[in-house]
Amino acid sequence: MSTQSNAIPQSALASGAGNCNQISIARRVYWSVKREVWESRSIYIAPLAVAAVILLGFFVSAIRLPAKVREASGMTPLQLGDMFAQPYDIAALALMAVTLVVAAFYCLDALHGERRDRSILFWKSLPVSDLMTVLSKATIPLLLLPLITFLITVALHVSMLLLSAAILLVSGQSLAILSHLRLGIRWIELLYHLLIGHGLYYAPFYGWFLLVSAWARRGTFLWAVLPPLAIGVLEKILFNTSHFGELIGDRFGIGGSNSKASGMLAMIADSSGLSSPGLWIGLLLTAIFLFAAVQLRRRQGPV
Amino acid sequence: MACIEARGLRKAFGKTVALDGIDLRVEEGRILGIIGPNGAGKTTAPNAILGLTPYQGELHVLGRDPWRERDRLMRDVSFIADVAVLPRWIRVWQALDYVAGVHPRFDRAKAEGFLAKTTIRQTSRVRELSKGMVAQLHLALILAIDARLLVLDEPTLGLDILYRKQFYDSLLNDYFDRSRTIVVTTHQVEEIEQVLTDLMFMDRGRIVLHCSMEDFEARYLEVMVRPEQLDAARALKPLNERQGLGRSILLFDGIGRDRLSALGEVRNPSIADLFVAVIGKHSGQAQGAA
Repeated sequence: MSTQSNAIPQSALASGAGNCNQISIARRVYWSVKREVWESRSIYIAPLAVAAVILLGFFVSAIRLPAKVREASGMTPLQLGDMFAQPYDIAALALMAVTLVVAAFYCLDALHGERRDRSILFWKSLPVSDLMTVLSKATIPLLLLPLITFLITVALHVSMLLLSAAILLVSGQSLAILSHLRLGIRWIELLYHLLIGHGLYYAPFYGWFLLVSAWARRGTFLWAVLPPLAIGVLEKILFNTSHFGELIGDRFGIGGSNSKASGMLAMIADSSGLSSPGLWIGLLLTAIFLFAAVQLRRRQGPV
Repeated sequence: MACIEARGLRKAFGKTVALDGIDLRVEEGRILGIIGPNGAGKTTAPNAILGLTPYQGELHVLGRDPWRERDRLMRDVSFIADVAVLPRWIRVWQALDYVAGVHPRFDRAKAEGFLAKTTIRQTSRVRELSKGMVAQLHLALILAIDARLLVLDEPTLGLDILYRKQFYDSLLNDYFDRSRTIVVTTHQVEEIEQVLTDLMFMDRGRIVLHCSMEDFEARYLEVMVRPEQLDAARALKPLNERQGLGRSILLFDGIGRDRLSALGEVRNPSIADLFVAVIGKHSGQAQGAA
């Protein structure tokens, strides 16, 4: 007995337990998020692929650009800006749409996939808590995907701008028209919209999807969609109202509103901003969903 | 200090009782083999020890409550639950990076040294590896963690004999020292026979037998009884009687070698023989009672 208890400090010394017994939370979060990106490469491949397609489409249509510039000679600067900015806004919208779809499917699979392939038994053998795991996974749709969307959109806009400039130069026209695009303001608005709208306003959706992903044994998509639908239908039948549906629709609408780039700055000041109680109620709901997901992951093994 | 200490440990899934109030004490520096038929509760016991499942009763692992203090406990405990649970998408170098990133007691050089002895390439994905290679990779990761308790739940199920042999050889030669404790569950008894210091049989959520290997060797003896001695041998109340090579083989508990050698040829039984004798008898009684 005494030899056994003596042996513990020796082995602890051998491993240098004094300094390496701790790994900072930040470092563990970093590696946890990194492994999510390793696993779910679609979170950057999908928007990159869409960006490539958009760029190709823009290139084809940009061949007619010099003609369009000639036609537009009589327009006011505002009209010019709207006209030439349209492809840029459509590009941003398309990227937002694709990353929303990616976020939804990522969340539905995040806590289900690891149970399906039994790898949860490996992850749980490491000193990363359920809380840290769930929060790392929630970081992807809440923060990482909006940032990825922003960076890819900016890169796409810059590519489109350079392409336009090259075509205008070749056709011997002035580049002045491109100054009406106001891309800098568009980018600031876009970043705000992505972080607040897609990140924070949509947070309850992601939280719910993660909860379903931790709970359902199979058919995560149906479990995510059918219960809210059933509540809406029940409410309609019982009370002939549709508050629940409106609630969800409004939430989705607020997050997605002002996607038209013009006037996006106005949104910063209005009810859909950070001071709105709706935002904070949504975040509270998200916290409840995530807490439930943590508790479920704690108890559940492979499916 | 006991590494694992349980009193009245109980776990039921609906009406199925997986752990029926077991008492258990495992000292540090032991290698305990838990052996039992399917559905004996021998997976639930390690799950409770690892804080993977809530339970009733009292359980302390390295002085901690594994359910409530799981996060802290996992720095000192590592485990392999089942074969081939490594994520299929991960590349070998990613697995090394990740474990090095999150585990304070992971020795990457040791894991790489272990992998160098195999044919596993660091650029491979787990899904490209054979089942045996996945087990080697998992073992390389786990053995490079300086844990105080290692729990292995059917770590070699479905692997061929070469990998199984290598697995336990590595475990003993590259990992085990007297400060660590290892708990291994299996129903492939033969390979771990030489590895264990302690032996435990489980059946229907109960511990049917728990002894050190020294006790096992001292207590249990098997006699190939000469036909004329059969009645005399049966009078000594053997645990089990079976036929082999035309002779009756009787297994005795706690009867001296001198006394038995008068009856026939005496030898030490294998764990498998004892298992069949003990569990067979236990099951038989249970069925008779039911």
